[in-house]
Amino acid sequence: MALLSFERKYRVRGGTLLGGDLFDFWVGPFYVGFFGVTTAFFAALGTMLIVWGAALGPTWNLWQISIAPPDLHYGLALAPLRHGGLWQLITMCAVGAFVSWALREVEICRKLGIGLHVPLAFGMAIFAFVSLNVIRPLLMGAWGVGFPYGIFSHLDWVSNTGYQYLHFHYNPAHMIAVSFFFATTFALSLHGGLILSATNPRKGEAVKNAEEENSYFRDAIGYSIGTLGIHRLGLFLAVSAVFFSAVCILLSGPFWTRGWPEWWNWWLNLPIWH
Amino acid sequence: MKETARRTHRLSQPALRTLAVVAAAAPLLVSCERPPVALVQNGYRGTAMDQVIDPRLDALKAAANAVPAALPPAPTVGPLAGTIYKNVQVLKDLNVGQFTRVMLSITRWVAPPDQSCGYCHVVGNMASDQRYTKVVARRMLQMVRHINIDWTSHVGATGVTCYTCHRGNVVPQEVWFESPGESAQGGVTAANPNLYSPHATIAGTALPYDPFTAYLLHDQPIRVNATQALPGADGSSLQHTERTYALMMHMSTALGVNCTYCHNTRSMPIWSTSTPKRVTAWYGIRMARELNVDYMESLTRVFPAHRLGVLGDVAKIDCATCHQGVFKPLYGVSMAKDYPELRGPMSTPAPTPAAPAAAATTAAAPPTAALTRP
Repeated sequence: MALLSFERKYRVRGGTLLGGDLFDFWVGPFYVGFFGVTTAFFAALGTMLIVWGAALGPTWNLWQISIAPPDLHYGLALAPLRHGGLWQLITMCAVGAFVSWALREVEICRKLGIGLHVPLAFGMAIFAFVSLNVIRPLLMGAWGVGFPYGIFSHLDWVSNTGYQYLHFHYNPAHMIAVSFFFATTFALSLHGGLILSATNPRKGEAVKNAEEENSYFRDAIGYSIGTLGIHRLGLFLAVSAVFFSAVCILLSGPFWTRGWPEWWNWWLNLPIWH
Repeated sequence: MKETARRTHRLSQPALRTLAVVAAAAPLLVSCERPPVALVQNGYRGTAMDQVIDPRLDALKAAANAVPAALPPAPTVGPLAGTIYKNVQVLKDLNVGQFTRVMLSITRWVAPPDQSCGYCHVVGNMASDQRYTKVVARRMLQMVRHINIDWTSHVGATGVTCYTCHRGNVVPQEVWFESPGESAQGGVTAANPNLYSPHATIAGTALPYDPFTAYLLHDQPIRVNATQALPGADGSSLQHTERTYALMMHMSTALGVNCTYCHNTRSMPIWSTSTPKRVTAWYGIRMARELNVDYMESLTRVFPAHRLGVLGDVAKIDCATCHQGVFKPLYGVSMAKDYPELRGPMSTPAPTPAAPAAAATTAAAPPTAALTRP
């Protein structure tokens, strides 16, 4: 891909966190950097380990391939490769690749002199993954409580883990997370609809601007959050959805072992009802 | 003076706010548990078919389910109780020593300490059936032997004794009566049959809280899963589905286990991916139903009014009656092993256990391959 004429202005040296000038270069359109190298390393190694695990398994059906964590009796120890050790290595590669990618984003932000909002937002997604397969296993004392790497198998894990607490919809953090996920999609659809409506006026009319956009929502609901504000809101809603998702699974097991409906007894037992 | 007051006010506001937050958060924090937890794996690794146990709560439960010491075994020889005592109808195959041992044990397991033998017997005329408690006790002895002989599909070799349910109470703590109906609650929810108040017997869910009459007394079909992916094949109503969920919630809370103890939830109805424990539970539902109909309901007219429910029905059995929050009653310790008197007629060899009548039901019966006990 050819370098666009204006890209020279932005593609400047420096801003790296590690490696100095050594990895400070581009491959085609992609910035590399030290963390680009580690991202490629962990992603490639992890993928090859998954293929190895698939080769050991009973199927090449893409839906059914599953690399499962160790049996619970291994606790927090390393397991033999065929019995969950591969899952442990793949987990390390996954965390390595995700964190490397986030740090590569940080380096790009530093080069451009912009804020770190994107890597921080991505960091929340990493936190959710790490909660599931690192923090929660550490808190519960066994890598075996992590989810397996497989398309169907990880969904079966989600189902069974939910039913371990009888009715997961009673999990208060799950309630908040689900509400934020719905609010995120709602806000994004309103925002997307508004921008497209302003840029698609009647035939023959000029494209409309922020004032029309603001006026639309002032007329409709009495308030417009504004062109910058909607992006603050969007980031807040999305990051909160992922944060409370991580909280809801970290609570389930380490901090609550029974059915989630029973947790609400504190509400039923409030003195105001008696 | 005024200045001081204002400053005090200004200072106390954040403190008040902190207090309010702490007060609001306190019940949330207090109602949570903490690591470390204990785990039991019931399926292939990575399937999350695990039991998650708080060892601190489990220690409390274990203490509450401690097994009392058995009385020393009775001599195996001696005249039969049926020939010595009058009006012995069930335990006539026991010798006098064994008979007395059972009577003493029942006194410890069931009767209030201050009443002892007199709780069931007319003191001075032990043969009399004047007290209703003696008539009930006789039927219950028949029931215990029936369970130990004919329901090994559920109780296995562990068996049951009076203590399995009674635990020192004249009426077992975990029994149920037919619900007089949700409208009896009154208030705004009474008019809406789809709203229920949370109930401890169904794990605190706001589901129909009497799944027992339909499933553990009447033989109504429990399963609501459709047999094909698209709608149309299954006509189960929302109420029916919720009632089934309520029964499952009851079984979970009665046994202190989660859904994955029996089911791989990727498909609740499939036997081949369920655990063997589901087979035991399947028999347990049929056992409770049969005992309620054949034994408990037969005593309805025997009990005085204050022992009956609002609708005049007798106290009945559900899963918690024996299990009392534990996956196997008394953590699987067999008291019946020490009480051969309660395992069946002593004088004649025990008959070959007949398959429970319910097992002949073909439509809902588990496949024979899964019948192997764990």
